[in-house]
Amino acid sequence: MSVTDLRTTTAVRVGRVEEIPLGEGRAFVAGGVQIAVFRLRDGSLHATQAACPHAGGPLADGQTDVDVLVCPLHQYAYRWSDGASTAGAFAIGVYPVREEDGTLVVEV
Amino acid sequence: MGGLGREMTAILGGRPEGLTSLRFDDDLDTRARLVVVGNGMAGARFVEEVLERGGGEQFRITVFGEEPHGNYNRIMLSPVLAGEEHEDDIVLNSHDWYADNGVTLRAGVLATRIDTAAKLVYAADGTATPYDHLVLATGSYSFIPPMTGVRTDDGELRPGVHGFRTIDETRAMLDAVGRCRKAVVMGGGLLGLEAARALQGHGLQVELVHAMPHLMNMQLSPEAGAVLERSVESLGISVHLDVFATEVFGTDHVEGVGLADGRRLDADLLVVAAGVRPNTDIAVRSGLEVERGIVVDDQLRTDDPDVYAIGECAQHRGEVYGLVAPAWEHATVLADVLTGTDPTAEYHGSRTATKLKVAGVDVATMGINTPERDDDEFLVISEPRRGVHLSVVIRDDRLVGATLLGDTRKVAFLTQAFDRGLALPEERIKLLVDLSDGAGSASGMLSVAEMPAESQVCNCNGVTKGAICGAVADGCGSVGEVMDATRAGKGCGSCKSLVKQIVEWAADGDLAEDPTASYYVPGIPMAKPELMAAIREQDLRSVSAVFAALAPGGTEDARSKMGLTSLLKMIWGVDFVPEKDGEFINDRVHANIQRDGTFSVVPQMKGGVTTPAQLRKIAEVAEKYEVPMVKITGGQRIDLLGVRKEDLPAMWDDLGMPSGYAYGKSMRTVKTCVGSDFCRFGLGDSTQLGIDLETRFQGIESPAKMKLAVVGCPRNCAEAYVKDVGVVAVGTGRWEVYVGGAAGASVRKGDLLATVGSPEEVLTLTGRFLQYYRENANWLERTYDFVPRVGLDHLKAVLLDDSEGIVADLDAGLQRSIDAYRDPWGQDAKQPATPGQFRPALPLIALPKVPVR
Repeated sequence: MSVTDLRTTTAVRVGRVEEIPLGEGRAFVAGGVQIAVFRLRDGSLHATQAACPHAGGPLADGQTDVDVLVCPLHQYAYRWSDGASTAGAFAIGVYPVREEDGTLVVEV
Repeated sequence: MGGLGREMTAILGGRPEGLTSLRFDDDLDTRARLVVVGNGMAGARFVEEVLERGGGEQFRITVFGEEPHGNYNRIMLSPVLAGEEHEDDIVLNSHDWYADNGVTLRAGVLATRIDTAAKLVYAADGTATPYDHLVLATGSYSFIPPMTGVRTDDGELRPGVHGFRTIDETRAMLDAVGRCRKAVVMGGGLLGLEAARALQGHGLQVELVHAMPHLMNMQLSPEAGAVLERSVESLGISVHLDVFATEVFGTDHVEGVGLADGRRLDADLLVVAAGVRPNTDIAVRSGLEVERGIVVDDQLRTDDPDVYAIGECAQHRGEVYGLVAPAWEHATVLADVLTGTDPTAEYHGSRTATKLKVAGVDVATMGINTPERDDDEFLVISEPRRGVHLSVVIRDDRLVGATLLGDTRKVAFLTQAFDRGLALPEERIKLLVDLSDGAGSASGMLSVAEMPAESQVCNCNGVTKGAICGAVADGCGSVGEVMDATRAGKGCGSCKSLVKQIVEWAADGDLAEDPTASYYVPGIPMAKPELMAAIREQDLRSVSAVFAALAPGGTEDARSKMGLTSLLKMIWGVDFVPEKDGEFINDRVHANIQRDGTFSVVPQMKGGVTTPAQLRKIAEVAEKYEVPMVKITGGQRIDLLGVRKEDLPAMWDDLGMPSGYAYGKSMRTVKTCVGSDFCRFGLGDSTQLGIDLETRFQGIESPAKMKLAVVGCPRNCAEAYVKDVGVVAVGTGRWEVYVGGAAGASVRKGDLLATVGSPEEVLTLTGRFLQYYRENANWLERTYDFVPRVGLDHLKAVLLDDSEGIVADLDAGLQRSIDAYRDPWGQDAKQPATPGQFRPALPLIALPKVPVR
């Protein structure tokens, strides 16, 4: 068994899809971790850490588009694809998230 | 006092409790153990350089930091002490950064001894940490000269005596300034001068004591030091030279300082900035070779082959540096060596050139400051009255030293000539002043153009002009982007203006061609009039409809949404189709988000007039919801700060008052004075007119916030001259209407638009101006930029003479918005607009403890 196999993720059901209005984010606790989950207008789901690494801003309150999430406090923007800030300054953790029969499932 | 405990102990760049990181099991980790002692400018930079070279794969990195904080920019402590920067903004690497990069940070743990044979680092917490490679970056400490009474019997500094080296010392001084009146600063070097200036800015009477015959004697010649002294004295700081303090008076707390010549200076605050000494304790205790600093070779290695030293604690070829640039050069070289990126990398010493602002005076120095040989050329321009002293020393046609005091315009070329030995102009005076010789070589632009690409612009981060131009060529479109990409200007910040000049020069033409500059919002390629026409023509009533129809590829853009929401509300009034995701969080929950994720609640208080019943209600609500702070705002309302998002609807319900819109890009408030009812000078009923204006324009959205005021006479008690719209009673029933004033980050007196004969005319004219501004201003363009841009004469023609025939449309457009006004608190308190509208966005973490006052 290799080293990486020892790190496993857990699928956590955090809530219902309709708890998140289109285009917005809501915060959940998944396996003791704070997660912000977003539902974009194109139907896609994204999950990130809940607090901005810059100054702890509440990312679930941020504005979104298909590429980025913008923190409400100081407008740092983070790419969904890898969590990197467009300014290159900070990065956020992103988590796999999917819908199963209307339930939001996050891998943490 | 409530805030004191938090401020003094808060961990800068700390991470919230409860967060943990994944870590490899130690036994399974085959990476070499790299231990860094010291988490300051050198140590943390070294870790960054190692990670940048992929060192995270090679090394398990552990960093010991004596301070409990993340890594912060020590150079910026002076602006923090002066209140110009917030301590949060000087954090370079937060605790999260270490966790995210797999670096173990032992913050608040002092490493005490090394067993170089067993390769173990012992720490004050009793632990022993094994290493394969050890880097000492322990920096230096404030030197406290021996003075009778400076310490108490238990060896601690006497209360009221402060060093100036760490954030905690800075916090302690900031905490003390409110209680102190007289400060003595010991040390007339850079730090002492900055401390003196900062303390004076807090209202203290400051005396500066310097043991040497002139200020900044390490960098400046006696003549330049005298010019600086004159500038410092003119600021109101008394300077005592060539004398040292021998005694500190006071029983419990400092009461004064005794000088060697017998004089006594009263003081309740003593700052000691009399130089720093390398922190070599751990090296001495561990048997490493130490002279003034820890002795290292050209690869920064001590006399133990696996122990290195960098930064201010290191002594290389007899030199100990006290500047950040050499420390960062050490970090780069050692990272090259240890990661194997360049195993033969060597450090050969630094030529120190510094450029800084000390006590408000620009200073740049390099090399020597006076001629040393008979045939050295020496050119001096000294203008003590202007606080300017410039000099250069030239040897064998090469620049070997320069001092620029009070005027550093020539620093770019001189630094270049000094570093690279450039050819110098025959007329030496051209090194110091621009002579208009008709060739046009006088302009600053040309000197930027003439700078070679290799010339270093940011000394802290070693960024060249070429790197900056490269970032522009790679698509960086603003100074901020270039600074992010290259790190230029991210150290002490003194080169920012030069960085800006180079960016502007490098982007020449491109910026002019850049069409996005004229877009109303970045995501829709249209200027505002064109965009408004398209929205009307295609009947686009929601933000998503605008993106679908007008954005390239129909792609939405997060940064454009707020501006589009505002514009659509203005165009459509009640027919606007709202989408919550098109709104900024403030507008989603009708409250202003604060730094800790809580919100502020400001009830409407028209014209700043309230009643005992309203005050009683606000008091009850504040107590019921345990509001941490209740504050009077600058807009004559009452602010309830620190409210949890989930409490907002219930609070509004209990208050039973409409929103004051203290969070929106909208009409905020109309300040008034007491007017004619009570004031014996009042010429008009300003209070009633203010209430009428606020009633008519409440909640109207706009490109940027609009702040209004009405005063009953030109004494201007409610500051109407500096408002977006300000109305002034001038007697006999007449009112002046000023527009485009500001008293925020910009200060501008408004322009007199017209003098009218009745309150009704004030309401009409104000409405027309606001609507014209709403329809024509760029997103986030305040009236103080808008009015000068379109011109007062143009405004007068359009609004007073109806030169464009649009006044009736303006009146109708504004009325549409007025008719669409609904108090958002009354609306959403009953039934949330969307599911979870008021759900907490950070569910687990207890809210930061904001002090209750």
